[in-house]
Amino acid sequence: MIKIIYNLKVIYILWLRQVKRHFRSKSRIFASVAQPLLFLVALGFGFQSMYSAAGNGDYIQFLAPGIIGMSIIFSAMFSGIEVISDEQFGFLKETLVAPVSRLTIMFGRTLGGATVSIFQGILVFAVSLLLGFHPESWLMLPVALVFMILMAILFTSIGTAFASFFSDMHAFPVIINFIVMPLFFLSGALFPVDNLAKVIDIIVKINPLSYGIDGLRGSLLANFHFGMWTDFSVLIMVTVAFLALGSYLFKKIEV
Amino acid sequence: MKKMIDVQHLTKKFADFVAVNDLFLHVQKGEMFAFLGPNGAGKSTTIKIFTTLLAPTSGEVKINGFDIIAEQNRVRNSFGIVFQDQSLDDELTAYENMDFHGVIYNLAKNIRRERIETFLKLVDLWDRKDSLVKEFSGGMKRRLEMARGLLHEPTVLFLDEPTLGLDPQTRNHIWSYIKKLNQEKGLTVFFTTHYMEEAEKYAHRLAIIDHGVIKALGSPTELKTQTHTETLEEAFLNLTGYDIRDENVTSAEIMRQQRKMRPH
Repeated sequence: MIKIIYNLKVIYILWLRQVKRHFRSKSRIFASVAQPLLFLVALGFGFQSMYSAAGNGDYIQFLAPGIIGMSIIFSAMFSGIEVISDEQFGFLKETLVAPVSRLTIMFGRTLGGATVSIFQGILVFAVSLLLGFHPESWLMLPVALVFMILMAILFTSIGTAFASFFSDMHAFPVIINFIVMPLFFLSGALFPVDNLAKVIDIIVKINPLSYGIDGLRGSLLANFHFGMWTDFSVLIMVTVAFLALGSYLFKKIEV
Repeated sequence: MKKMIDVQHLTKKFADFVAVNDLFLHVQKGEMFAFLGPNGAGKSTTIKIFTTLLAPTSGEVKINGFDIIAEQNRVRNSFGIVFQDQSLDDELTAYENMDFHGVIYNLAKNIRRERIETFLKLVDLWDRKDSLVKEFSGGMKRRLEMARGLLHEPTVLFLDEPTLGLDPQTRNHIWSYIKKLNQEKGLTVFFTTHYMEEAEKYAHRLAIIDHGVIKALGSPTELKTQTHTETLEEAFLNLTGYDIRDENVTSAEIMRQQRKMRPH
């Protein structure tokens, strides 16, 4: 019991550190909202008339949950870079010589990174409201939040796994972009996933982000493509798998 | 006398490169022990093994009586370390860095508060406790690292070139804190340095390591007598040769290169 409390305290202080660092950097907060905002405005208003002419309704309505999801996965995946920067600037050693298990450190980090991403998602949600997005039912907002949390944890652990593997600070963003872009474009974030070409359809179904986006969009617009419980179960399973992989790789870091 | 550091047959290999070769060493409780050697001699690798950051290839190491592999957490609770390069969080304040350390070493809140004050005062940083570390000079950062390394009251303190790149004033200050702790609390200190006069002045005993092997071991006076030299610097050069060593043969660099080549 004492050991559990101790580990929780360690997770808390690791979490607090990341949250503090994030909120102390105003430029970081601003920069991470700028890109989703660009997507919302450019794509949202750009495709608006075409989308409604095709009889699908309001494109901003459709797009906003996708862009919220995008801001979460970008911020979550890139939070992995903190493992690398901590390694390069030395702080990682401080945690690695402490009498704490690597698993605890990994959890604290993941929760910290995920919290920051969820905050970014909420910020983008607020921005989308200003641009005309309106959820179908405000009562489903907690469900949307659950999907945001799951996506944030999943992609933070993927980011951490990659960061534990590649120790090159300059290569990391390139690699992450290389992974995030296809995940994002082929997830149903930008277009509806019914009646897709067979190949695209298969990729969309393999992509775990599709289920996150669908969960988010479903709960905000009361219209799930895969079904709420399918989205939920897929995300849980993939998250557990990547948390395990991330912990395994993090454990093997040598400084 | 209790052996605080007890090393037997320690070997560390990186692929074909032998960084530490069948090392024997012991450091008594309350001793100030200097570990000297040219760049790439195996000093940092040895300290990394002692501090559980690297696993040895073979051999046995006990810190404070605990085995570094089997009793890792007890070992980790026993030592404090000031690393060669900084390991503070720049974007946190001095106090926050200390508090973080206190939490991960499981110190209760009131003890943390009390000791943070004590140790920040010891290194003359108490009035800067709420400043972000990135605003600190190199010397202030090193003093903060020192205070942080002492926070959980370790029985052994490892210092990996603690005064590198510091001005004589700061170096003098840092050594006076260390000496004070050594004399008043019986803290065992194991340090590396390239400043021979520091080793001569502060170490009770020292070892000179080169190519992963200990070349000489004893008190500064013994080493000078043994090599028929006037100063420790001459003794050092006498034992390790006059050739310049390339920086990039440090074990950290070798590991980095290997990590790039071989995914784990």
